[in-house]
Amino acid sequence: MTEPSKVKVTNLHKYFGKLEVLKGIDMTVSEGEVVCLIGPSGSGKSTLLRCLNKLEESTKGDIIVDGYLISDKKTDINKVRENIGMVFQQFNLFAHMSVLKNIMFAPVELKIMNKAQAKEKAMALLERVGLADKADAYPHQLSGGQKQRVAIARALAMNPDIMLFDEPTSALDPEMVGEVLQVMKELAAEGMTMVVVTHEMGFAREVADRVLFMDEGVICEQGTPEEVFGNPQQERTKDFLRKVL
Amino acid sequence: MDFALVLKQAWPMLMQGLKLTVEISLISIAIGMVIGLVSCLMGLSKLKILNAISAVYVWIIRGTPMIVQAFIVYYGIPIVVQQFNPAFVISEFLAGVITLSLNAGAYLSEIFRSGIQAVDNGQVEASRSLGIPSGKTMFKVVLPQAFKITIPSIVNQFIITIKDTSILSVISLAELCNQAKQYSASTYRFFEVYIIIGVLYLIIISLLMILSKYVEKKVSYDRTK
Repeated sequence: MTEPSKVKVTNLHKYFGKLEVLKGIDMTVSEGEVVCLIGPSGSGKSTLLRCLNKLEESTKGDIIVDGYLISDKKTDINKVRENIGMVFQQFNLFAHMSVLKNIMFAPVELKIMNKAQAKEKAMALLERVGLADKADAYPHQLSGGQKQRVAIARALAMNPDIMLFDEPTSALDPEMVGEVLQVMKELAAEGMTMVVVTHEMGFAREVADRVLFMDEGVICEQGTPEEVFGNPQQERTKDFLRKVL
Repeated sequence: MDFALVLKQAWPMLMQGLKLTVEISLISIAIGMVIGLVSCLMGLSKLKILNAISAVYVWIIRGTPMIVQAFIVYYGIPIVVQQFNPAFVISEFLAGVITLSLNAGAYLSEIFRSGIQAVDNGQVEASRSLGIPSGKTMFKVVLPQAFKITIPSIVNQFIITIKDTSILSVISLAELCNQAKQYSASTYRFFEVYIIIGVLYLIIISLLMILSKYVEKKVSYDRTK
């Protein structure tokens, strides 16, 4: 790969107390690449993802995101996070703010835009995720799929270089999964660098440039979707895919 | 029994007392809110020393009767300070404000803490993941939601503080209860005057409750009533 890498993780270890949940992870994500992390529950996929914006502190190893060594304590993590959008399984929209305020919040508070600019940007993003009519609604008035689309818009408001998705459709009713995946597909098509933890194998197969299969804290296997889904090499990968496909 | 007479005779002094009661309540509640917030944030800080200061403060205030605290502030502390500065005196009003606000602060600190801990951690993670620093996340994301959750408890504490002003009659603060005591001591009209001040307390606290319902409605974003 010739493109500069957006994410470079070297020998990452992470302990929760005595439990080692990540056992030496090496991974890179190139600019514009869509990487899907798949694997059974408890395999460490979400923890790995959360290490990429330091919501989890790594125990050992180097993590470079967007050119910053974020595993270094001296790095101003807030500055780095401005360029890393994150979407959560449970949406985590700010419950006390309207949809519009949710999206305007970070750009305004961080003085990246004034209110008028932020509002314009927010409305454009809402238009893009198909929710312009919900600008004044509060999160509790939205369906799960709508909440997640707003959450994506909120992350995009900061013009991130990278988007992290932590099981973005796992908390959704089945009929709402499609609308969220559609937004993500469009984002991928526009060239956004994305790391997606997902159980949606269809999405991974269709959209990912590369699929990483994780089990018990290590990356067991990785490759193009054709390679991983079509011709898995590892027993554990085969076993997992048999169960989910 | 002659309410008309008592009202006529005692009204001016009761109104003076009422004014003082309201003043000292408002000032102490305002200071208590600040103390409570600071103590609560200290309690949630990563610094152990700040945790300890907050814990000891809450422990002492909650663990001792307010009447004892009032005596210490009004009679006790001046004796100690006078060793160094013989001219030192403390007014009943100031002693009252100190006692009441320290008291309200300790209870509010616990109320705020429970409210902050009731806010889903996902809210914090969402804010931090956008690059918002932790202080700003606390003030813009967590506290507004915690405040809403705890309004009923906060109002309850306000009510207690208003009623606790009556305890300050023991340090001869001329608040409402003390005025009634003075009046009845010379007229023996215990029944009428205490009924009257009871009604006065009831009115102030009812006003507060109406205000709190209004505020609760104003800040409600997840219920449509």
